[in-house]
Formats: sequence, structure tokens, C-alpha cells
Amino acid sequence: MHAHPDHDHPHPPDDDDALTYYQAMEVAVRELLIEKGVFTADEVRRQVEDMDSRTPARGAKVVAHAWADPTYKARLLADGNSALEEIGLDRGPYKLVVVENTPAVSDQAPVHNVIVCTLCSCYPRWLLGLPPDWYKSRAYRSRMVREPRAVLREFGLELPEEVVLRVHDSTADMRYLVLPGRPSGTGGWSEERLAAMVTRDCMIGVAVPTCVTQDASPRGT
Amino acid sequence: MRSHHDMGGEPAGPVQPSEHDYALWEKRVDALLVLLTRKQRMNVDELRRNIESLGAEAYDRLSYYERWMQSIAQTLIQRGVISVDELGRKIAEVEQRHRDSG
Amino acid sequence: MKRPRIDPMAQRFQPGDSVRVRRADPPGHVRTPWYIRGHTGVVERVCGLYPNPEELAYARPGLPAQPLYRVRFLQRQVWPGYSGGARDTVDIEIYQHWLDSA
Repeated sequence: MHAHPDHDHPHPPDDDDALTYYQAMEVAVRELLIEKGVFTADEVRRQVEDMDSRTPARGAKVVAHAWADPTYKARLLADGNSALEEIGLDRGPYKLVVVENTPAVSDQAPVHNVIVCTLCSCYPRWLLGLPPDWYKSRAYRSRMVREPRAVLREFGLELPEEVVLRVHDSTADMRYLVLPGRPSGTGGWSEERLAAMVTRDCMIGVAVPTCVTQDASPRGT
Repeated sequence: MRSHHDMGGEPAGPVQPSEHDYALWEKRVDALLVLLTRKQRMNVDELRRNIESLGAEAYDRLSYYERWMQSIAQTLIQRGVISVDELGRKIAEVEQRHRDSG
Repeated sequence: MKRPRIDPMAQRFQPGDSVRVRRADPPGHVRTPWYIRGHTGVVERVCGLYPNPEELAYARPGLPAQPLYRVRFLQRQVWPGYSGGARDTVDIEIYQHWLDSA
């Protein structure tokens, strides 16, 4: 099988009968390490479950709380890890840098942020769970630093020219969360309702939250 | 010389918005890395270095967690946690078990 | 006459300083992307002190810990023919030993 530079190797076929070389290696390494007492089978199982429990809903909760409480937002921007602890989330193994999408204010241009790891796949996993395939793909990693607006357009996000676009390349020990702008028309919404609007893609920066009202009746205060 | 993995700014095609539910074996590879780093038998920089050392052809051909698995095995061999011989024997045993289970 | 020993832990740059990324090209595990080498940017913040991943990648401690900076670069200065906004930036974490004053 020859290499396709522009095409990422798809995930292994979902064939329960086949055992690929690397699947066999995984079993072998795991069994050896259990035999050697490095860890137990139970620890492996618990770690898989732990990772499964980490979904973008965690990050959405942080965003919604920051929207609802400006003083929390200030603390989140100043010290992301402590702000996570404040609302009962684990601070995580890496320093969390929260970058805020801001609207036009007096003479300040609006700012939009987007995250990439060109060198591998660094991502705030403890907060959002495992990253999507496209985030780890050759096309995203190569092009997001060089032609970010074109890539965002492919995701359906068209940024006006006056918006300042900041690409953050996660090359070292920081991990990033985009704090999207709160859509208008959400005044008085509960944090649960606000959080439901905040998708993973909004917190990577390839999307913005959209406010879709459930019905046509006007929202009271 | 630019390394193959160091791809920021290189030309590429459209981003395929593909996602897949991670298979159990992939989640276990991920768990291996987390547990091994937590227990200080390896670190994430060794993982990255050994992925970067795969060479361009293998880097492109292997899937994400296949790269991780190869790298974890190499790192554990380098660290002396497992030997090449015992890993080879265990892989063969696993494959035989799989064949026997029909 | 003995040359004074440079304390690698001393922070050489402050936010707002102009810095240039060195053009070195070593083999091994490097976290300074190829595309930014030789470019000049502004320190956006000091991230803290971290062990050197170039050493960690070989299971060495990477000490003493180095200052790590987020450096902001203007996209139109990094990429010839950049077709986005004139104030668009790319922000990258770079270890102190890769930076010179500019």
C-alpha cells in the first residue's frame, strides 16, 4: 500500500474477526505490562472509562458559566486551571490558556481565535475528550496556520475582513480553549441552555455558537 | 531540513471533516500512554520523538493510534521495560490465540 | 579569563519584546516549527518555566527548566502572499533557547 500524502489513513476496518498487527501489539504490550506489575487490567479499564466520560459538555459548562458571570470570565482568562477547579472540574495536567473571541468595541477590531497543533495533536483532552480525526489530519495541521480563512470557510465559517484572526499553534506545554462570543438574544437564559449552544467546534474555533430559538414566541425577561 | 511531521504551512488538500467513534483497541492504546506516563515509565516527549522517527512512508501509512502503538513499543524497548524478544513472543502468542479461537 | 556562566533559568524577555526565532536545524525532537524559524515576533506572554522537551524525548530530565514564551507573529510577514487580514496573527509557544533579541 503506497502512501497518500494528502489522504490520511482511515481508521482500521470495523471487522471483529480480523486482528491487525498493531491490535495484536496492543494486546501483547498490555499483557506484558500487567504481568510485570506496571499496572492492572482494572486500571486500564478505568482509564478507558475515564476518557469516555470526558466530552465537550465539560468545556461548554465553563463557557456558559463565563457568559453568565463576568467576574468568573475574568478569572478564567487570567488563570484557566484555577477557574476549572472553581466549578468542580479537574485542573488538568497542562496549563490552560483561554482565548476570547471579542466583538468590535470602540476602536478595537473584533477578534476570532482558532487552535491547531501543527506538530502533532495537542488538545485539551481532560476538558473536551479526544480530538476529532480532522483536527489531527494532515490537511488541517498543514493549512490552518498558512491559510486559516480558507480552512474556516470549508467549515462554513466566513469571517469578515475586519475581524482579526489569531491562530494558536499548540507547540509546547500550553493547551487552549476558545471562549466564543455569546450570541445576542440569549439574555436571561439558564447556564444549561447556554451550554447546549456551545459545541466542541466552537471551542476549537472552527465554528461559532448559533442561537436558534425553539419557537416563534418572543422571549420574556 | 524540515521533518515530515513538521507540516505547518505545507500544501494540502481540503480538510475532510471526518470523525469516527474510537475502537476499543484505540482507546486502550490511549490508556496505555496515560498509565505509562502517570507511572513514569515513559513520557509524552518520547512518544512524540518515536512517532517522528517512523519515517515519512510509515507516518503516512499508519493510522493515528497505530503510530502511537509502534512508538509506545519502541519507547518501552528503549527504556528496558520490555525486551524485543519477549514482545515478539507475546505478539506471536496473541496471534495464535486469535487463530485458535476461530 | 573565565567567561561568566549564563544562567539558563534567567528570563531574558518580557511581554512586548521583539524576538527572532533562530534558524538552527538540528536533528532530534524539536518543538519549534520549521515554518517560524528565522521570523521575528513579539512576546505575548511568559508561560512559565518548563523542562526542555528536546532532552525529555531521550528520557533525560531536561533541566534546568527554561522560560517558555508565547510569541505573536504577523501572518503577512510569515507567509508570502498571505491572503487574510493585515492584522491576523499566529501565536506560537517557543522555548527561550530558540529566541534571540530582535
